Amino acid sequence: MDVTVTVNGTTYERDVEPRKLLIHFLRDDLDLTGSHVGCDTGNCGACSVIVDGVLVKSCMLLAVQANGASIETVEGLAEGDELTPLQLAFNEHHALQCGYCTPGMLMSATALLRENPSPSEDEIAKALQGNICRCTGYWNIVEAVKSVAK
Amino acid sequence: MIQSSETTLAPAPVEVQKGWGGQSVKRKEDKRLLQGEGVFVDDVKRHGMGYLHFVRSPYAHAHITRVDVSAAEAIDGVYGTLTGEEVAALTDPFFQISSVPGANIKDFSLAVGKVRYVGEPVVAVVAETRELARDASELVEVDYEPLAAVVDARVAQDSDTPVLHDDAGGNLMWSGLYSWGDLDAAFAEADRVVKIPELHFHRFNSTPLECDGALVEYNRGVSQWTIHTNNQFPGFAAIMMGPAMKVGLDKLRFVTQDIGGGFGNKITSHPQLVVCCLLARKLNRPVQWTEWRTDFHLSMSHGNERWFRDTEVAVKDDGTLLGFRTKALDDAGAWLRYEPLGGVIWAQVTPGMYRWKHIELEFTQVATNKAPVSPNRGYSRMQHLWFTERVIDIVARELDLDPVEVRKRNYVRAEDMPYTTPNGCVYDSGDYAAMLDLALGLVGYDSMEARRADAKERGKLLGVGIGSTLDSGTNNFGQSRLINPELQFSGNNEVATVKLDIFGEIVVTLGTTPQGQGHETTAAQVVADILNCSVDDVHVRAGHDSYWNSHAGFSGTYASQFAVTGLSAVKGATEMLAAEIKKLAGAVFGGVPAEALELADGGVRIKESPDAFLPFMACGAIINANNAGLPEDLDVTLNCRYVYRPPFEVPDVETKMGNLTLTYACQVHVAVVEVDPETGAYEIVDYAAVDDCGKRINPQIVEGQVMGATAQAIGAAVHETYEYDEDGNLLTPNFYDYHVPHALDMPPLATGAIESPSPFTPLGTKGMGEGGGAGIHAVCAAIQDATGQIVTDSHNPYQRVWRLLQEAKA
Repeated sequence: MDVTVTVNGTTYERDVEPRKLLIHFLRDDLDLTGSHVGCDTGNCGACSVIVDGVLVKSCMLLAVQANGASIETVEGLAEGDELTPLQLAFNEHHALQCGYCTPGMLMSATALLRENPSPSEDEIAKALQGNICRCTGYWNIVEAVKSVAK
Repeated sequence: MIQSSETTLAPAPVEVQKGWGGQSVKRKEDKRLLQGEGVFVDDVKRHGMGYLHFVRSPYAHAHITRVDVSAAEAIDGVYGTLTGEEVAALTDPFFQISSVPGANIKDFSLAVGKVRYVGEPVVAVVAETRELARDASELVEVDYEPLAAVVDARVAQDSDTPVLHDDAGGNLMWSGLYSWGDLDAAFAEADRVVKIPELHFHRFNSTPLECDGALVEYNRGVSQWTIHTNNQFPGFAAIMMGPAMKVGLDKLRFVTQDIGGGFGNKITSHPQLVVCCLLARKLNRPVQWTEWRTDFHLSMSHGNERWFRDTEVAVKDDGTLLGFRTKALDDAGAWLRYEPLGGVIWAQVTPGMYRWKHIELEFTQVATNKAPVSPNRGYSRMQHLWFTERVIDIVARELDLDPVEVRKRNYVRAEDMPYTTPNGCVYDSGDYAAMLDLALGLVGYDSMEARRADAKERGKLLGVGIGSTLDSGTNNFGQSRLINPELQFSGNNEVATVKLDIFGEIVVTLGTTPQGQGHETTAAQVVADILNCSVDDVHVRAGHDSYWNSHAGFSGTYASQFAVTGLSAVKGATEMLAAEIKKLAGAVFGGVPAEALELADGGVRIKESPDAFLPFMACGAIINANNAGLPEDLDVTLNCRYVYRPPFEVPDVETKMGNLTLTYACQVHVAVVEVDPETGAYEIVDYAAVDDCGKRINPQIVEGQVMGATAQAIGAAVHETYEYDEDGNLLTPNFYDYHVPHALDMPPLATGAIESPSPFTPLGTKGMGEGGGAGIHAVCAAIQDATGQIVTDSHNPYQRVWRLLQEAKA
């Protein structure tokens, strides 16, 4: 099926197998390998992206369901080499180790901060509960997000 | 919520660094990872590559009577398949570490004739897309004759239990008796003998978020494979794969860049890598394999499940520990992929943190119809340390003593360091009692009785528990000879090269395979201090490539050793480079001796006349591109390779005595829990983690490792378990059933650090990162304190605590 999506401001038109997951479409067809796959049950959140302003796990959506959508992925966060305050805060607070969950964490936190620019610690933890990190224990991730909250 | 505190002990006699070392320099790796520009194995693509999917066994134990791949191969877009029969024809069984009987098993990269656990790879299918490979796998026909399964190690050696490996003549894989000191004298001297019938350390692993994978290319012209992979110990994979594939190791090129977590779980992917290699050659196209999460849970690197049975502890009435004897029974799962090394690795920490002098441990490892075990963060020591900690709290309870006092009475003391254990290991430095005081202070231990009363008023049972453990690092691989005296391994090594390139670039190459430990950053800190430049001027190549000539037999990232092996190699290579730069400059300046020169401001200059300055750029350019006229005897390449080799002797295989690891980082954790007596549900309401890993090159990275190890320990203690039903079906094959902690699961954390520099390492550092599983015990002990019931299992979900409460009522 023909699918047209806009990812990070660039429009792509592709012929896609109807059963292909959005995450595999992004990674395999569009070569946007920043979003990752960490499970096969929708638990880990490594594939989190923002579709038409809504945070989704892109393994829980078919590529064809995203037809016509505007998608934001981790590759689109920074302006060129200028990292966002959230990305800088992750570096400052050592909120990443292996970096595999990081793109999903950043997208979840970005969605949270848009909706609620002044989240409490509990609200941050709740917003990130769909994202698994096995390296950090989350403490530094929560600190990083808290540091950029208004 | 995080709170930190730090203490530095009186410095040991080692060189204490100045400058970049010791600073929390922000990580150099982060920028690419934060922008989604890391290169993980599944990101590597090649033209025409095929996707590999494994057909796996649905049975725990069965004969394979027929395999038919024709229907799968007939599908358009399916490139080909590989069966166990082909593997048996093309390869030899993997070399076995074990002595007999484990040595006799025949382990191939696909099941041959028989399957021995649910999820075991039976056939591999390669197709044009991931989806097609998966679909085609459904068309592979395999007929099985099911056999009874053995899922409980305790009955594995019974006469009526089915045998996994006929070649081994039974399910016993390895056994050994370790006995040090004088047990009879210890028990004769004892006022009391505390008996503990059975303790159980459960099966789990660290579930790195990125699963295993590879992209393998075969270069037919030179008969060589390039293996892009996230295997974290390529040195080990190579020595397993080369002989099995009947090729020299130069035919196996390992390449990694970013690895999405490892924790030991990515050491034993060599069977899958062999399958990829065989198919890349057979199909003459690149083969890509990315493991699915369910596949990982079913088949990869479970942590060692272990029972401690018939334990007897000799103690004095005042709580002085004299000795213990126990029988450790280890469940290896279906294959010995790294085992039975777990049968000796525990001995690195034989007495735990205590001055026990007389110890006897009978170790038995058996095969069961479960996934093979392999190293998991805290490998084999974690099980043993959990046992020694359990003994302390059970002894304290039996003698009605305070667990804090029993620990302090028996801990190895700061003044005893370096301390030689009963089996000849040398604990390098540390002050365990000071760490315990710091940890107790961080949870407000002085006011705990008031909090206990307050909890009681709210209908909760409050409990406090301690876990004190060691993270032994830098293995002496000679310990493998205690498992099998025929093995010819000993010592350890790691390599680094540091060079000055044409335009003065400082380029560092490591032999390691980091998975988030920040090697690019800490290596740059060490280099910058020696060359007296900025960390920003140091370029550390990301990842590992065995083509780079910066690897040795033990290269990799595992077993808490980079801060010793890796950074010592970096230090050695950089010091060589610094000496060469001075030699070159001395010649250029017309015969100025090295002592008269210094490195500063990105170059080298004469101390007495700093205007005589040669920038690194000039040094690099002269040697690499403008070298006419240099003295003939100037032995300078500005490309320096250094192999760090720790000071080890081969352990004595008769007495089983020897120094098995070079450094001993230590952890003291304290957990405070509140238990709901009606349901058994509990919450960790306070938590402190104090760590001492000697000199810290980058305290923030160290603290990050402490936090990660803490989170994994809490996950293991409360939630995570690989449980099997009686037919050998894994009940927790994905993240739905295998609950790993989420952000909301984490307790408030206070961290503390003490620095007791190691006297045995070039930088005063100790390997760290695994932690010792201190948190697993801290939670167990807190539950014991809260419920008043002896905790005998390392895994305590709410229902088990509820059962303890029912036992208490009864």
